Amino acid sequence: MTSNAFIAFQTNDVTRSIVEAIVEDNPGAIVVEQPAMVKIDVPDRLVIKRSSVEEKLGRDFDLQELQLHLITISGHLDETDDEFTLSWNS
Amino acid sequence: MSMDLRTISITPLRQTFGHLARRMGADKPASRYMEATMDLQPVENYHYRPTWEPQYEIFDASRTRIAMRDWYALKDPRQYYYGPWTLARGRMGETAGGDFDLVDELGLAASYSAPGRALALKVLLPLRHVAWASNINNAYVSAYGYGIAITQAACFASMDQLGVAQYITRLAIAFDDLEALASAKTAWLEGAEWQELRHFVEDLMVEKDWFALLVAQDFVIDGLLYPLLYERFNEALNASYGPVFSMLTRFQREWGAETAKWIDSVLKVAAAESPENKAQLASWINAFRERAVKALTPIAAVAFGDQASAMLDEVVLQLNTRAAKAGITL
Repeated sequence: MTSNAFIAFQTNDVTRSIVEAIVEDNPGAIVVEQPAMVKIDVPDRLVIKRSSVEEKLGRDFDLQELQLHLITISGHLDETDDEFTLSWNS
Repeated sequence: MSMDLRTISITPLRQTFGHLARRMGADKPASRYMEATMDLQPVENYHYRPTWEPQYEIFDASRTRIAMRDWYALKDPRQYYYGPWTLARGRMGETAGGDFDLVDELGLAASYSAPGRALALKVLLPLRHVAWASNINNAYVSAYGYGIAITQAACFASMDQLGVAQYITRLAIAFDDLEALASAKTAWLEGAEWQELRHFVEDLMVEKDWFALLVAQDFVIDGLLYPLLYERFNEALNASYGPVFSMLTRFQREWGAETAKWIDSVLKVAAAESPENKAQLASWINAFRERAVKALTPIAAVAFGDQASAMLDEVVLQLNTRAAKAGITL
């Protein structure tokens, strides 16, 4: 059985670009808009790429900036300078 | 007594403005940049034509030989509208100001070697007049261009160039050398090595085609001048005399790298629009580059001595590569 890796952000101008980048990089991503929060579910593995976020945002982006907008995550976290990955070992 | 907390979700009737929804093909939230840029310029119902140029409307797409179906395709990859632009420049100004303060506090300028200082001031100070010319030229693009996407970015570039001119002035003052400013002006007006460049930028002040001006000023001149002087000449100064000038020209280096991304993306979109645009851009770049190289040759000779032509070749190659990346075959 596959589980969803997910991440939830506060809804704001920055996370809109991050969400766009996630949707583009993760086929199968399901975006759930809730009041003031947006949650993205992806089966098994969710990856956020710095380069994609930078392109959407139009400026340099440090992946640790995610934390400012982050509400919660689920999955094993693997964090590098270029990618922020959530996954389940299945 | 128990209390039940529950959330009520109120979905907005519309996510964004109608004109943006039509543009994006769906009603979804648009970025602030899109909201502050798209379709802001009037396109119809003009009442009067400019008295000085009655053949044109006040905003007229035929003022340039470049043609676009949608002028708002020339978006700024940095996504600057007034807010983020001032914030970004404010941050850069703070860091640059800190560097000036540090140089002042530690007396680094005073202890800089005399020949290094003479060379640096000789090459860098007349550039404040170049920056001022660029301010005028970008202001023209901003005034006569078509569509907010390009005109707002040109307006920012125009003000940035004014800032560059001020940073160069501050550099002279940091070296406690008001005399140098006067002699730099004399060099700009009379010195043989500056006349070609002065002639070039002054010719550009009467160039009527705003897109040609954009190509000449922001792509060709800045694309050669910034890597040549703020990178290579700066490295040469560092190697021989220490890093003080690197600190005092920090803004220009950061700004040059950032603005190059914008102009590259504008050229890429304009070239991809049609073969006619591509050919026109290539012929402009070729003509302006030839002139710019001629204008920069004597300045490179002052800055680099016998290495001048090698340095100039390098930056020309770099410019050609950028043009090729934008899809323009020279």
